[in-house]
Amino acid sequence: MTVPLLRVDGLGGAFRRRDGGLTPVLHDVSFALQPGCITAVVGETGSGKSLTALTILGLQPSAFVRRSGRILFAGQDLLALPPSAMRAVRGRRISMVFQDARAALNPVFSVGAQLADVHRLQHGGSARAAWDAAVEALRRVRIPEAERRARQYPHEFSGGMAQRAMIAMAALVCTPALLILDEPTTGLDVTIQSDIMELIVELCRDRGLTACLITHDLGVVAESCEEVVVMNAGRVVETGTTEAIFTRPQQPYTRRLLAASRLDAAAA
Amino acid sequence: MALARMILQRLLWVLPVAFGVVTITFFAARVLGGDPTELYAPPEATDELRAQIRAQLGLADPLWKQYLAYLAALARFDFGTSFTTGESVGADLSARLPATLELGLVGLVIGILAGIPLGVLAAVNRERWPDFLVRGVTLSGMALPQFWIGLVLISIFFVQLRLLPGPVGRLPIGVAPPPPVTGFLLLDAAFAGDWVLWRMAAMQLVLPGVTLGLTTLATVARVTRAAMVEALQSDYIRTAIAMGHGRGMVWFRYGLRNALLPVVTLLGGVAGHIFGGAVLLESIFGWPGLGQYALQAIDHSDFAALQGFVLYASLLYVLAFLLVDILYLLIDPRMRA
Ligand SMILES: Nc1ncnc2c1ncn2[C@@H]1O[C@H](COP(=O)(O)OP(=O)(O)OP(=O)(O)O)[C@@H](O)[C@H]1O
Ligand SMILES: [Mg+2]
Repeated sequence: MTVPLLRVDGLGGAFRRRDGGLTPVLHDVSFALQPGCITAVVGETGSGKSLTALTILGLQPSAFVRRSGRILFAGQDLLALPPSAMRAVRGRRISMVFQDARAALNPVFSVGAQLADVHRLQHGGSARAAWDAAVEALRRVRIPEAERRARQYPHEFSGGMAQRAMIAMAALVCTPALLILDEPTTGLDVTIQSDIMELIVELCRDRGLTACLITHDLGVVAESCEEVVVMNAGRVVETGTTEAIFTRPQQPYTRRLLAASRLDAAAA
Repeated sequence: MALARMILQRLLWVLPVAFGVVTITFFAARVLGGDPTELYAPPEATDELRAQIRAQLGLADPLWKQYLAYLAALARFDFGTSFTTGESVGADLSARLPATLELGLVGLVIGILAGIPLGVLAAVNRERWPDFLVRGVTLSGMALPQFWIGLVLISIFFVQLRLLPGPVGRLPIGVAPPPPVTGFLLLDAAFAGDWVLWRMAAMQLVLPGVTLGLTTLATVARVTRAAMVEALQSDYIRTAIAMGHGRGMVWFRYGLRNALLPVVTLLGGVAGHIFGGAVLLESIFGWPGLGQYALQAIDHSDFAALQGFVLYASLLYVLAFLLVDILYLLIDPRMRA
């Protein structure tokens, strides 16, 4: 196996409750992301997928107390970086797409302005050039009439359009090595879901991006991802290639997850 | 366009609001305010003399006749004559307005320029010492009565330290105001090129301005903090951080712009309050503004003066909230639909 682009190693932590006590939520979470691959992270709700992803970028809620572990990226432990160095990693080296794109975009600035802000931050240059880059990025994610759309505000976008804009911001305006996507299609119409997934896969292939895709949709995993990390109750249950996980699952939890998703698929 | 339509709508409201306010104050003043004849007639006056005085004051006619006459005069922008000053109420109000506006602007500017940054400072340092400090300041600023703060400042900076002039109004006693152009002493002194006078007027403004500013900044900081705390927990702030934006950008562009909406709403009310004349504050500092005029009108059952003041104050609120709505449109694109 090649050297992984990112390795989460023994990550553990807990939430501080109001009464001051700690509720453990992550236990010895370890997995690796291989360069150029799309790795899926699956597991039922509350298993710690989002929390792990947010911790990679240092965006975990302030009540989360990390108690062990390292996150190795390009030879550095991200968890040991000072804030200024972490800021240089965000967007530039590792970028993220969130679930509710309409809420993830700032309501009081036009979508184009937000993309342009990020462009200027990451690449410098004039406001004019940044705006053009923003419009171009929107065009690349196949937003029709990108020029006009760029001047609109998030509340004027549908969920699917907003997610395209979010992807343009995180993966095109930012030019990261690693893209984390936390349930990027949840809450969207089924047909739009597959359009967005297609777009994500295409961008990753074109740009040789490494991606970490958190999802509940095992159909998407089977279709688009090379590797799978299965999580349950704050632990990594099993990791492996998609083929291995789907054809030779080792753990009872993985088998149950697969069975449940087949039932879903049959019902649909 | 949305903006023009909204302004027009609001302006259409001015007439019914003014009519309602005028009607209510007219009757309320006469029912609750007592009979001004008693104030102007000597104790030994005969009934005949009293009737004469009543007629002079315009109170002899039946109430509905007085009311119609008042409305008819108002339609010609004639607010009537004050019993106490003998001047037309319109002239009285416009003579005192600049004093109230000048002081109010100083208080408002201090309140905004100090209150918003303090609120942001508290929110980004939530539950740490800057937050506790700001919360202490805002709590005391809201809990302590304004006149008490004013008196304390006077006793420290005038009585004890002799750093600032005493509470004798807009200029030291015996100093003549500059030739009136705008009525704002700072502007008029500057127009006249009289910088000595300008300095005197400015020094007189410091203590009442700071007193007003302190109470204003307390509420502004509190509302800014609360709105900012909420904004900082939002998804869009998380996005901005994830994209690598630095703190300044995250706080002041992406956060504050969203947090400003409740602050603007608050400022509308605060401005209405301030420019209506802070009664106690003006009394303490001998400030010849609208607050003092209104107080005097109540004291003397000066109906026309009181009605004129209330009408002015209510139109002021209408204007303040119109400005709030315009700012809303500018700040929040979701309102422009
Ligand atoms: N702010 C918070 N305060 C306290 N507990 C939290 C907080 N955020 C998450 N948790 C807890 O941490 C655990 C992991 O949450 P996380 O959001 O990572 O789950 P998830 O796997 O992403 O689930 P989902 O599929 O529903 O998104 C859960 O038990 C959750 O209740
Ligand atoms: Mg989640």
